[in-house]
Formats: sequence, structure tokens, C-alpha cells
Amino acid sequence: MDKILEVKDLHVDFDTYNGTVHAIRGVSFHLNAGETLAIVGESGSGKSITVRSILQLLASNATISKGEILYHGDDLLQKSEKEMNNIRGNKISMIFQDPMTSLDPTMTIGKQVAEPLLIHNNVSKKDAMKRAEEVLRLVGIPNPAARMKDYPHQFSGGQRQRIVIAIAIVDYPEILIADEPTTALDVTVQAEIIDLLRELQQKIGTAIIFITHDLGVVAGIADRVAVMYAGRFVEYGSVEDIFYNPQHPYTWGLLDSMPTLDTNEDARLNSIPGTPPNLLDPPKGDAFAPRNAYAMQIDEEQQPPFFKVSKNHFAATWLLHPDAPKVTPPAAILNRFKKFEQLGGNAK
Amino acid sequence: MEQIPQIPKEKFKLVHDENNAEQEKISTPSLTYMQDVRRRLFKNKVAVVCLTLLSIIVLISIFAPVIAPHDPNAQQVTLSNLPPKLGNLNIPGMNGYQNMGGKMVDAYKQAGAPKGTSFILGTDYLGRDLLSRIIYGTRLSLVVAVLATLVDLLIGVPYGIVSGWKGGKTDTFMQRIVEIVSSIPNLIVVILMMIVLKPGLTSIVIAIAITGWVTMARLVRAQTFQLKEQEYILAARTLGEPSMKIATKHLIPNLSSTIIIQTMFTIPNAIFFEAFLSFIGIGIPAPNASLGTLLSDGQKAFRFLPYQMWAPAIILSIIMIATNLLGDGLRDAFDPQSSDH
Amino acid sequence: MADEREVIVSVKNLKQYFNIGKPNEVKAVDDVSFDIYKGETFGLVGESGSGKSTTGRSIIRLYNPTDGHIFFNGQDISKIKAHGPKMKEFRREMQMIFQDPYASLNPRMKVKDIIAEGLDVHGLVKNDQERDARVRELLDMVNLNPEHMTRYPYEFSGGQRQRIGIARALAVDPQFIIADEPISALDVSIQAQVVNLMQDIQKKQGLTYLFIAHDLSMVKYISDRIAVMYRGKIVELADSNEIYNNPLHAYTQSLLSAIPVPDPEIEKRRTRIDFDHKSPFKDDQRLQEVLPGHFLYCSNEEAATYKK
Ligand SMILES: Nc1ncnc2c1ncn2[C@@H]1O[C@H](COP(=O)(O)OP(=O)(O)OP(=O)(O)O)[C@@H](O)[C@H]1O
Ligand SMILES: Nc1ncnc2c1ncn2[C@@H]1O[C@H](COP(=O)(O)OP(=O)(O)OP(=O)(O)O)[C@@H](O)[C@H]1O
Ligand SMILES: [Mg+2]
Ligand SMILES: [Mg+2]
Repeated sequence: MDKILEVKDLHVDFDTYNGTVHAIRGVSFHLNAGETLAIVGESGSGKSITVRSILQLLASNATISKGEILYHGDDLLQKSEKEMNNIRGNKISMIFQDPMTSLDPTMTIGKQVAEPLLIHNNVSKKDAMKRAEEVLRLVGIPNPAARMKDYPHQFSGGQRQRIVIAIAIVDYPEILIADEPTTALDVTVQAEIIDLLRELQQKIGTAIIFITHDLGVVAGIADRVAVMYAGRFVEYGSVEDIFYNPQHPYTWGLLDSMPTLDTNEDARLNSIPGTPPNLLDPPKGDAFAPRNAYAMQIDEEQQPPFFKVSKNHFAATWLLHPDAPKVTPPAAILNRFKKFEQLGGNAK
Repeated sequence: MEQIPQIPKEKFKLVHDENNAEQEKISTPSLTYMQDVRRRLFKNKVAVVCLTLLSIIVLISIFAPVIAPHDPNAQQVTLSNLPPKLGNLNIPGMNGYQNMGGKMVDAYKQAGAPKGTSFILGTDYLGRDLLSRIIYGTRLSLVVAVLATLVDLLIGVPYGIVSGWKGGKTDTFMQRIVEIVSSIPNLIVVILMMIVLKPGLTSIVIAIAITGWVTMARLVRAQTFQLKEQEYILAARTLGEPSMKIATKHLIPNLSSTIIIQTMFTIPNAIFFEAFLSFIGIGIPAPNASLGTLLSDGQKAFRFLPYQMWAPAIILSIIMIATNLLGDGLRDAFDPQSSDH
Repeated sequence: MADEREVIVSVKNLKQYFNIGKPNEVKAVDDVSFDIYKGETFGLVGESGSGKSTTGRSIIRLYNPTDGHIFFNGQDISKIKAHGPKMKEFRREMQMIFQDPYASLNPRMKVKDIIAEGLDVHGLVKNDQERDARVRELLDMVNLNPEHMTRYPYEFSGGQRQRIGIARALAVDPQFIIADEPISALDVSIQAQVVNLMQDIQKKQGLTYLFIAHDLSMVKYISDRIAVMYRGKIVELADSNEIYNNPLHAYTQSLLSAIPVPDPEIEKRRTRIDFDHKSPFKDDQRLQEVLPGHFLYCSNEEAATYKK
């Protein structure tokens, strides 16, 4: 598999009135051509900042204090603004959460979809419009030729998100970054958009980085998953690894606190107590330790390194250290381990 | 990743801390919201300085008859246009000397002032004591400012709240009135007032009362519209809180920044409006002084006798700047979130 | 079995229209009838704009219903006067928990004053000591540190704020609580805290909930019965297991088929059922019981096919 993007030891700080917020504290990952990587984590864990760093779309008080972002081996952080503009919307494009605010209400959607082509490629306006029509059909806007002259408010929320996607893929980008593209939508519309993204990926071969806090959505779309907490990745691996053989207590907590349709109604939900740490002053040890029922003394003192679980599966928890005591994960997780064995894996 | 770090074994003991739900315990003192506001205001040094300055100015204006060294309207034509002189202390610029044809001469001696006469800020073209006139003038301008603010707060704020809160037909009706009132230029109201009443403080105040509250009412209405859909207001309604109480407990505290900011505009506007009227000659009638009339008189002699304009201009600026900074401080004081950082 | 249970809220032909007579008239709730039994959790689901919040707000009389009746403990409360003594009494019995943990607490009030608002309105405490003591008790009940009662809302996280909102509702000892998407603004890891708390309190105090939500798996977990709402109407109502195992209305089927499940194997096999939004309702259709305890919006002929 081809690594097309590699992020190495990324650190992002924000200067604020109250001090420096260490929003991203050493994140490394890579993206293979044509795959979907999902990043999950709770609000404020740094998902958006991580992907915005790739395109350098950060707020003015942000500094990338350390790290490399290699796109086909080239460090994007060394590129000039002009070079970056050539990459944005062309090779790497991005879609955002709110379809209401990502479209220009005063411009017809045909023009908006054609615009990236006119900026980046030497095409005539006519060709660009033709291509726009094609792409609008591809994302499932009925009767695109006629509707290209309409304005955003004439479309429903789901259709608007389709148009946003059309703008992002009109240039057949190599990487599509989707930052919670379905969070603002109804479940039925969300399911449609996810199907659409999967279908598009097969047609045009784009790699997708998909951000969400909904594990159900992740299970449906991802090839690989990274779980993020307090500005760091805590576990990453294939979608099967994360859902059937999770190793980090935070991943356990996430999977366990969500009821599924067959959760017994008499059982209590397992909640993760407490709240995420303040990133103005991140803890010295494992940031999850104060909320972790399996915390050890070492968790409070030293940040755990990534331990290898299997070939592509890593988790940053001291529980994987050979000297750590054997702990029993919550019952729901044990059920998942069983499924992993049925699938032919070797659960821990 | 490959290398497994060496860690002492005893570090791998599970620590079940049961009390991890609440990490920190901070007990802030048990004050009421208004006490908190006061505490936050007094922690802001700039605001305290401004508050002190304004209090001094207000006190001086209130006690003007006691404090002013001279009668502000007493003319002594022989002693006109004297420069500042502070007793017999020989401070340059405050010693009664004046540049005349390139030479510094003692203006007091030239005018034949009795020995020992001194005017701290000099006199005007009619020989009136400038300091006394400024004290009385400030008093008058402050009266205008205070009345304008009262009109804003007592008419504008409730009007806006009622209009926004009731909505529907009431709102439409009330907004029509606002539109009508705001479409009449201030100046016309003043001129009409002067036909009915005589020029002076009363007609200025009535003019301000008729038109001044409109902007405040509009802003407050717009904000109330937004606030009334807020869930905490809905919660108060589901608890059965009466509308009056909702207004005082929920609306006004959350409108406070809008109200304060608008008041910060109202005060200088009123003072300038009065000054402008006096300047064009339909404001405070002579011989009474206001900061406006003083400025207008001073401006006429500015080239040769600049102090006549400097002194009232400085006082006016201090009032403006201090109210603005105090307003900022008040706005922050009303916002708990701005507090302890 | 359902018949034996005591009805606490009964909604009959409720209509709630906005901008009546104007071109932008909205029939937010259009002829809705259902009963809620004492002690149960009644879930209300449906797409955005289907009228869930409006239904809740009409029941708690934040709006004046356009038409229809709402019975609470047998009394028609749909027409009682907004500021009369009856309303004041009603306001103690029924309470609401809101969606947005940021907008539902007055930023300029201290936590203790927020929670005590109901106590003050209804004169439930005699003096300040009693008031503080009750606030402490309530904070304790929602698992918050009573020491925090003198803080302002901004000092709390989303989940903690939501618990403050719950404490405010509980202060007046209501029998019935409407929870309008109380967890949808919270993170997964925090949602369970709030849901567990709501269930604990329900058990302890015998509360009845109307639970409005988007998240169908959570609704299934928390609710005893579920109503599915679509464009201002209830299209299906049944026991929560029945709704999930035997959905009859095409919209319910489409909704259920769209729920994402945190299990890749299930996700791979999932097939979405599309629903045609063009003309969902026909004139001869109404909500009727087609199976015991299972209500469906359909015509009489359709109903007959199920009854066989
Ligand atoms: N402009 C900024 N100034 C200061 N801090 C910021 C800024 N932008 C983001 N942060 C902080 O960085 C952290 C990560 O934010 P980020 O937006 O990446 O979170 P997220 O994981 O995308 O969350 P969400 O699910 O809410 O979108 C947060 O703690 C946030 O407060
Ligand atoms: N005060 C109002 N004036 C006019 N229309 C309204 C008002 N409140 C709600 N509506 C409309 O009524 C319909 C139902 O709204 P409601 O808020 O009840 O939906 P909902 O099911 O709660 O949706 P969501 O899941 O987005 O909260 C919507 O079309 C909405 O635009
Ligand atoms: Mg984000
Ligand atoms: Mg709603």
C-alpha cells in the first residue's frame, strides 16, 4: 500500500488570554491511498485541529510548534502559502460540519461547484460548468442541469451537504478530509451521505480522513480507526481491531457507554466518570488516568508509549506492558473479544 | 515502540480512586450577584480611577455654589481676558503674564486689577471668572447627561423589553411609534419646543426625552427577542416565574452589556447635543454657562487666548473618557465569565 | 395490560400551528393523540422539524395549543389561564429539561440561584438556610459537589450543566418531566452519566418522562414505549421492543434501517430502506391500534390486514 500522507509528531499550541493551550500533543499517523481513516474522540480532543493543520487552516493564534506533515514525502509545513493554495481544494480538499454555512448564499450552486476548477486548472468556463453538472449528478442531485442555476437556500440540508461534497470532489482530490460531515443531519440523511461517500470513493479512488464522534458511523465507513483523547492518539488500528479487540480503557469506555439496539434495558449504562483534562495544563502522565478505572500508579507519572498489539494495531496504555497486571475489561468488551476470535483474530 | 521501557514493578499497581468524579474543590465566597459585580468592579483599577474622577467631578458640580470662587455670571469688563494666575505663586503659565507683541507683560497690572486679585483659570471676554464658569457649566452639562440617561433607562429599556417580550401585535404597534418618533429630526423638536417654551434647559431636556430613548429601545428590543427564546427563559416560564420577575432576574442582567454600551453613547451624545445647540445659539441662553457655551466662546478667542478653550475642553474630555472606561469596567463586572482572569 | 395502568398525560387531537392565516403558516403539530402512563418513559423520535419539541412545549403550556386537549391527571390543562392559580399549581407538577447545556442556564446567575428558582417562585422554603440546604440536597442528588453552589454556570462542563438543569427541574418535586433531547449536545462518554442519573432519579421518585431524542439507540434503551413523529403527526406508536422488531410504517422502517451500529460486521450488511417523502399522508388515514398496543397511521383497510 502507498503511504500518501504521513504526519509525524505533530504539536499544535494556541496562545490564549489564559495561557497556552496545548491542543495537539504529539500526533503521528499515516494515510494510505484510497483508504478511509476515521478519527474519533470527544469534543475538544483535537480532531479538527489535527486535520486543519494538514491544510494549514488554523486560527491566527495557533502555532505548529513541532512536527512534519509529509505529502508524498514533501513536508507541507515548509511550503509557501502559494504552494499550499495549489494543494488545497485540488489535491487535498475538505468538507465541514455545517452545510448551511459552507455554501455562499449569493452564488448559484453551479458556479460554486465549478469554482475550484477555474482556480486550479486551465479550463474554459464552459468545460468547468459541464464538469460541475457531471459531479452534481454523481453526488445525487436530481436534474442537475436545471438545478445548477439555483441558490443554496433552495435545497434541503441533505442536498446542501451533497453540494458541499460536490465542490470538494470536483477536482478528484487525492485526499478528502471530512470534518463531521453528518453531525448536523438527520439519521436517515446521514446514512445517505455515508453511502454516497463510500460510493464516490470507489468511483474516484479518493482517500478519506473522516472525523466523527459517533462510533456507529465509524463502523460503517472506516478501514482504519484512530481514537483520540486530549490531544493525542490513544489507540489506532484496523476497524476490526478497534471494534473487536480494543485495548485502551478509553476505547473500552467509548464502546461501552453507548447502548446498542440489543443492550439490555435493565442494565445500567457504563459511563466514563469525570470530564476531559484542561489542555492549558495537561497532566504529566496519561491524560485519561483520572477517569480511568484501570489506572495504575505509573499512569499518573509517565505517559505511556504505543505498545504493539498486532501488525497494524497500537495502543498507548501501560496495561499492555508485560509487568502490568491482567485486568478484566467490561462485559460488553469481552463480548467483542469473542467476536474477534470468531472472525479468526487472536484476542488478548 | 519496539523497545519496552524498564519500569519498576511496583508502579503497576491499580489505583482505584473512588473520588474521581469531582477533581477540584473551589469554594468561592458566598456573595450575591450584585455583591459579585461590585467586587469585580473594584478589582478593576482603571474603572476605580474613573469612578473616583467622575465622583469628584459630580461632587464639585453638586457643591458648585460653595466651591466656585466667584459668581460665574458677574461681569467685570475691566478685567476681561486675563490669563490664569494662581495666587502670588510665580508659576510660569499661571502667573498672570501674557505675551504681547513678543514681550511678556503682567496682564493683571495692565488691566489695573486690585492687588491680590487672581483668577486660577483666567477670565473671559466679559471678565467673568473662568473656573467658576467651568464648574457651573459642568454642572449643567452633567444635568443634561443624567437626564438623558434616565430617559434612556426609564423609557428606552422598559419600552424595548415590553415590545420584544410581548411580540406580535403589541410589538408591531410599539415599533410603529418608534419609527415615527425616530423619523423626526432632533433639531426640529428643539425648535418646536422653543416656540412653545423658552430656550433653555427645559426645552433641551424635553427634546432629549422625546427622541433620545429610541435607539436604546430598539437595541433592547432586538436583544430581548433573542433572549426570550433562550432555554433558561423557557425554564423560568415552566417554573411559573411571573413575567415581571423574568424581566428583572433574567432579561436585565443579560441585557446589561447592551444597556451599558448604549448609555456610554448616550452620555457624550447628550452633552454634545447641548453643546451643539448652545454653539448655534439656541441652547442655554446667556449668561448661563454650559461646557458647550464655554467651548463656543473659547473657540472664538482660541488663537490669542487658547486657555479659554483648553480648560473646558479638558474637562469635557475627562468626562467622556472616564464614562467610557467606567462603562467598560461595568460591562465586565456584570459578566461573571470575565471575572477572575 | 396497558389498560390497567394509570394514565398521567393524555393528549387528544392536539394541534399547534404557527403564523396562522399567513403565507408561512406551519402545522408543527397536526392532530396528535397519545397517552402516557404513570411511571413510564415515553420516547418521541423523528426527523428534525417533525414537531417533537413543539409537542413537548405545548404539553407544558409554553404555547397555547391551537386546538385539542391535554389532560394531566385527568384535568384538562390545555385552556387554563397563563397566570392563574391553576397554572401555578400545574407548573409544580410538570417540568422540563432542555437540550442545550449552554443556553439553558442563565450565565449571570449562580448555580444555587438557578436551582432555587422554583423554590422561590412557589415559596417552598422559609428562609435562606432552608433554601441552601435544599439546594445542597439537590446537587447531591445529581452527583455534583454541593460546595459548587456558589459558582457560575460557565465553570462547569456540558454534562455537569445538564445535571444542574435536572436539579432545577427536580427542585419543585414534579411528577412528570419532559426531556427535550437532554443528551444530544453531549459527548458519548458523558451521555451515559446523564442517562443513568435520569433513570436513578426516576426509580427513586417514581417520575414519568417524555423523552425526546434523535438518537434511536438511546431512545430504545431508555424508553418503555416509543412514538415516531413525522411532519407533525405520529405515524407509529408501540412498545419499544415492538417498534424495533416489528416496525410497520414505512417511515419507521426507513428510520430504523439508518441507525448506525458500532459494529463493522453489522454495518457491512446493513441495507438502507428509502422512504418516499413526496406524499406521505392520505386523507383516509388516521392513527389506529392495529395490534395490541401497537398504533399505526393508516387507513381502515390497511389496519384490517394487520388485525387478521
Ligand atoms: N482558536 C483557538 N484558540 C484556543 N484554543 C483553541 C482554538 N481552537 C481550538 N482550540 C482548542 O483546541 C482543542 C481541540 O479543538 P478541536 O476543534 O480540534 O476539537 P475537536 O476534537 O474537533 O472537537 P469537536 O468534536 O467539538 O469539533 C480544544 O480544547 C479547543 O479548546
Ligand atoms: N415559534 C415558531 N414559529 C414558527 N414556526 C415554528 C416555531 N417553532 C417551531 N416552528 C416550526 O415547527 C416545525 C416543528 O418544529 P420543532 O422544533 O417542533 O421540531 P423538532 O422535531 O423538535 O426538530 P429538531 O429535532 O430539529 O429539534 C418546524 O418546521 C419549525 O420550523
Ligand atoms: Mg471539531
Ligand atoms: Mg427540537
